[in-house]
Amino acid sequence: MDNLIALLIAAPLLGAALLLCGGRRLDGAGHWVATVLAFVSFLFGTVLFADMLGKAADDRTVQQQLFSWIPVEGFQADVAFQLDQLSMTFVLLITGVGSLIHLYSVGYMEHDERRRRFFGYLNLFLAAMLLLVLADNYLLLYVGWEGVGLASYLLIGFWQHKPSAATAAKKAFLVNRVGDMGLSIAVMLMFTTFGTFAFTPVLESTGETSEAMLTAIGLLLLLAACGKSAQVPLQSWLGDAMEGPTPVSALIHAATMVTAGVYLIVRSGAIFNAAPDAQLAVVVVGAVTLLFGAIIGCAKDDIKKALAGSTMSQIGYMVLAAGLGPIGYAFAIMHLVTHGFFKAGLFLGAGSVMHGMNDEVDMRKYGGLRKYLPITFVTFGLGYLAIIGVPPFSGFFSKDKIIEAAFAQEGARAWIFGGIALLGAGITAFYMTRVMLMTFFGKQRWQPDAEGEEPHPHEAPRTMTIPMILLAVGSVGAGAFFSIGDRFVNWLAPVTEFEHPHPVISVPVITASTIAVLLVGAALAYAMYGTRPVPVTAPRGSLLTRAARRDLLQDDFNHVVLVRGGEHLTRSLVYVDHTLVDGVVNGTAAGFGGLSGRLRKLQNGYARTYAVSMFGGAAVLIAATLLMRAV
Amino acid sequence: MSFPLLTATAALPAVGAVAVAAVPAARRTAAKWLALLFSLGTLALAVTVLVRFEPGGARYQLTESHAWIADFGVRYELGVDGIGVTLLALTALLVPFVIAAGWHDADPSPDSGGEAPAETKHYRWRPTQGFFALILMVEAMVILSFEATDVFLFYILFEAMLIPMYFLIGGFGDRAHAQGEEAAATQRSYAAVKFLLYNLVGGLIMLAAVIGLYVVAGSFSLGEIAAARASGELEMATNTERLLFLGFFFAFAIKAPLWPLHTWLPNAMGEATAPVAVLITAVVDKVGTFAMLRFCLQLFPEASKWATPVIIVLSLISIVYGALLAVGQRDIKRLIAYASISHFGFIILGIFAMTSQGQSGATLYMVNHGISTAALMLVAGFLISRRGSRLIADYGGVQKVAPVLAGTFLVGGLATLSLPGLAPFVSEFLVLVGTFTRYPAAGIVATFGIVLAALYVLVLYQRTMTGPVKEEVRSMPDLRVRELAVVAPLIALLIFLGVYPKPVTEIVNPAVEHTMSDVQQQDPRPDVEAAK
Amino acid sequence: MNPVNYLYLAALLFTIGAAGVLIRRNAIVVFMSVELMLNACNLSLVTFSRMHGNLDGQIVAFFTMVVAAAEVVVGLAIIVSLFRSRHSASVDDASLMKL
Repeated sequence: MDNLIALLIAAPLLGAALLLCGGRRLDGAGHWVATVLAFVSFLFGTVLFADMLGKAADDRTVQQQLFSWIPVEGFQADVAFQLDQLSMTFVLLITGVGSLIHLYSVGYMEHDERRRRFFGYLNLFLAAMLLLVLADNYLLLYVGWEGVGLASYLLIGFWQHKPSAATAAKKAFLVNRVGDMGLSIAVMLMFTTFGTFAFTPVLESTGETSEAMLTAIGLLLLLAACGKSAQVPLQSWLGDAMEGPTPVSALIHAATMVTAGVYLIVRSGAIFNAAPDAQLAVVVVGAVTLLFGAIIGCAKDDIKKALAGSTMSQIGYMVLAAGLGPIGYAFAIMHLVTHGFFKAGLFLGAGSVMHGMNDEVDMRKYGGLRKYLPITFVTFGLGYLAIIGVPPFSGFFSKDKIIEAAFAQEGARAWIFGGIALLGAGITAFYMTRVMLMTFFGKQRWQPDAEGEEPHPHEAPRTMTIPMILLAVGSVGAGAFFSIGDRFVNWLAPVTEFEHPHPVISVPVITASTIAVLLVGAALAYAMYGTRPVPVTAPRGSLLTRAARRDLLQDDFNHVVLVRGGEHLTRSLVYVDHTLVDGVVNGTAAGFGGLSGRLRKLQNGYARTYAVSMFGGAAVLIAATLLMRAV
Repeated sequence: MSFPLLTATAALPAVGAVAVAAVPAARRTAAKWLALLFSLGTLALAVTVLVRFEPGGARYQLTESHAWIADFGVRYELGVDGIGVTLLALTALLVPFVIAAGWHDADPSPDSGGEAPAETKHYRWRPTQGFFALILMVEAMVILSFEATDVFLFYILFEAMLIPMYFLIGGFGDRAHAQGEEAAATQRSYAAVKFLLYNLVGGLIMLAAVIGLYVVAGSFSLGEIAAARASGELEMATNTERLLFLGFFFAFAIKAPLWPLHTWLPNAMGEATAPVAVLITAVVDKVGTFAMLRFCLQLFPEASKWATPVIIVLSLISIVYGALLAVGQRDIKRLIAYASISHFGFIILGIFAMTSQGQSGATLYMVNHGISTAALMLVAGFLISRRGSRLIADYGGVQKVAPVLAGTFLVGGLATLSLPGLAPFVSEFLVLVGTFTRYPAAGIVATFGIVLAALYVLVLYQRTMTGPVKEEVRSMPDLRVRELAVVAPLIALLIFLGVYPKPVTEIVNPAVEHTMSDVQQQDPRPDVEAAK
Repeated sequence: MNPVNYLYLAALLFTIGAAGVLIRRNAIVVFMSVELMLNACNLSLVTFSRMHGNLDGQIVAFFTMVVAAAEVVVGLAIIVSLFRSRHSASVDDASLMKL
């Protein structure tokens, strides 16, 4: 049974190897191979899950040591897995949603000539993501961490012939590398502090080192999480990442990979618990991103970018919860799972809309699609209700808990972070209602595409609608299912610890105000986009809108400071290397050359010149001898 | 007396060089196959050495010792430790790939129609035979230098290998040049002369140090001197030791190369053909870093410790500076050269961090860098030979027309940026950890290298492989069978050693322990343990 | 007579010879000047021999004369062939041995 853990990863890895090395022979059946292997992995996951349920709650952790990876004196890194309730949750989410998205892609990528490679990358992603959540030490986690980064790079840039896609892919990888730097320094700090980087020994001996050290490790882990989970200040790549095919956005940039940062923080809970300053930083990052993403989401006209802003914001919620300590870990993960369902569903819905609209992404050119895409409309609508947190859909349960936990702090913090979380709920309702209205309601604003072809919106094939329906079921029921009898919290408690939050205001008041805020947000959006016709070209908008359309000027800042600055630096260094470093050497050579040129002039061929030098030499010798004698 | 396996491993390619050079002018293909055969034979011998080597056994194994120049106490002494045997295997492994990749590099240029140019009619014109003979000659000398345990023998090889390298760089340049054949020839001879002069200067200073060592120690034998030093019989004045150390180190730092002695490498790698560039950076330069481990640390432990701070700073500069310059390059091969400078910074950092992880990592790094650079550079060479240009700006959208080429190029690039799962990650992380435990600030600075590496690799990939297909590359063929046969095993090896580096670390670890005890250093203990 | 006077004479002759080598252009004259220098050396050698009371110096002087004779043979031959090819006996015309 324990060997299944390795097989869980091996199945999609095999798929990736087959599809990427197999060549054209697999063009015909490759996508089904990949999809079946994803489902096989899901099957293994459920078997392990059933097995785990059969054990006592505090005896559910399974370890599997595969082999010794890097054996060097004083340094032990193993390929070893640890499956506990936390990783189990992720395994089911990854393989479950992953399999559905494989299925969806069969339809979505049907006409792409490089479909085989696409599925190879998807399988590679699954394997890396599973490795990330199953690793029993930080170094192996790092392998998965970079592995998903690679898969994300390959998939964002899948349509490489578009320069924008290639640039977006590169940007995602580079920004993530900055985060990775944090992770690798954190691992090195762990090694110097604890002599190991396996989860259990590190997390159990946090009491033996100073708080300053733990704060440093915590902040570095936070940096890593910021990169992977698109949190401020490393969030800029996520919007551009929407250049990838939509199933990729759903799987990697909504449901699974971007939540890896939350996993990292929750997994390292013991470190953060002992480092309150690092925890505060986590909460601040979460709160800032929550608003940042939401504001961007309000201004984007590209449906996928609006959803990307939303993803950023929702992960902000999770990070905020994860920063609250034992009162928030379980809620962070719960929101992560429900978000996995509804956001994947929303993205697949967006993909289905694009499928019917000649790949148009501008919502101003949609309108009135509910008649043409009934299944998409219903599933998207359910996802919408879930994300804005209408009871009893999933988002309500998970987000409400996070808001409660945010209010359960000392002094002013409760009001600041609670208030931000509450405000975020309102903005979420606003931008999602806006997306909903612009896409499915109002007048038809379709326009012929670049080749002059009028779109004929049609419902997607069944391979695409089935995953959408299944995810919609998740977005409807998961929250309630998890919350009744605190099922989810109890399930995770042995791993993440749990304390009941005690908010500064009573829970019913918080719930009521959350619902009130979201109604206000939705009503505002209705007033702006439901009652008036939506212009096809975007109005100029306020200063904030314009800034938000440009990702709140983050990209401009990056461009001016990092890109330009970097270009100047490298260019001047190339100059320095050529003129200064090489110049010294070439100068020495030229100096010798010049000197020998001068000396050569003495060889003029006249015998008497040579005679003079001989006489002169003899005279000097004699003079020297006489002088030596005299002294 | 047992079979002299080490001598045989070095002699076989030398014999091969002579044999290949003797092949008649018209039978070029036979010469190529003969060269490949000899290099594979050498590989087989190297594998035998590897099998016969016992990781836990004596420090130097398979030793051979014969009197050579008795008057000066110079002996022909061979022996391999874990580090030497690993690098020996790397060399023997890479040369067949170099030969196979350079299959057509020394063919008479197509415009001459296979005819010798007029001015060379009076002698037998055999560039192909010469090219492969020189490669085998380099292989022989490099292998012997990894085996030599006599300082003088090592010095001779260290210098002698410059000669075939000089002809390989100057005589068989890259035909792809923006300013045409004439400019290419000028650039090439500049690069070759620069390579030779840099290394000769280093060698000259080393010669002085070698003689100085003999004066002080009265022997050239590494084993004897090290034993005498360890037992306290041989004492060196602090200043003498430092001067001798500097003499040796300077030569190795040029060969490695370390900032600011690096400027010969981009020229040499840029102008040479891709396989020769691989030979330079993956094989010959490794002699420099190897010699730092074997001679600098073992013979002059105190001076090594004395110089450590400066060397660490220089290697950090190499890492960051090399990477930044790689970002700013417009020429694919020069970009890879600067990336190599950055990587050599890592290797030297690992060696002088004086921790087990750092030194094991550095040795592993030499192997992995050899393989990953070979993969990247050889694919780059295939790419360049198709388009006839080394400039990044001349490419675009290759991925669309030659997906396999682009894919292998990407894997080579990812190895260069040390993606986890590929071999270079293991060694880079070991070097970083090993450095960090002793010098945290240096470890953090070096970590910037990983971000910059991602930058230059991905920018290179994006500009050449993605985007709209350029008109000039539209008819570019994908990798041919021969080319794929060269690249595929290298990539397989990169993945294998990334997942399971144990076979190499097992061989390297005991040797590193010896070196650590030579310099009398112990790994810093973790804070938690130290506090108890 | 004080033998040192012979040395003064030798020095004088040597200087005249050296000046002749440096100043004159005609190869024959230069050649004769060289002979003068050689003979100045011979004179000083013989003088030293006399001063120290042994014959070593005189023996060396004989050697020098023999060598000088051989030199004359070779030197004159060179000068003659030079004159034949260049129609001049000026040493300045034979300045081809330079870089």
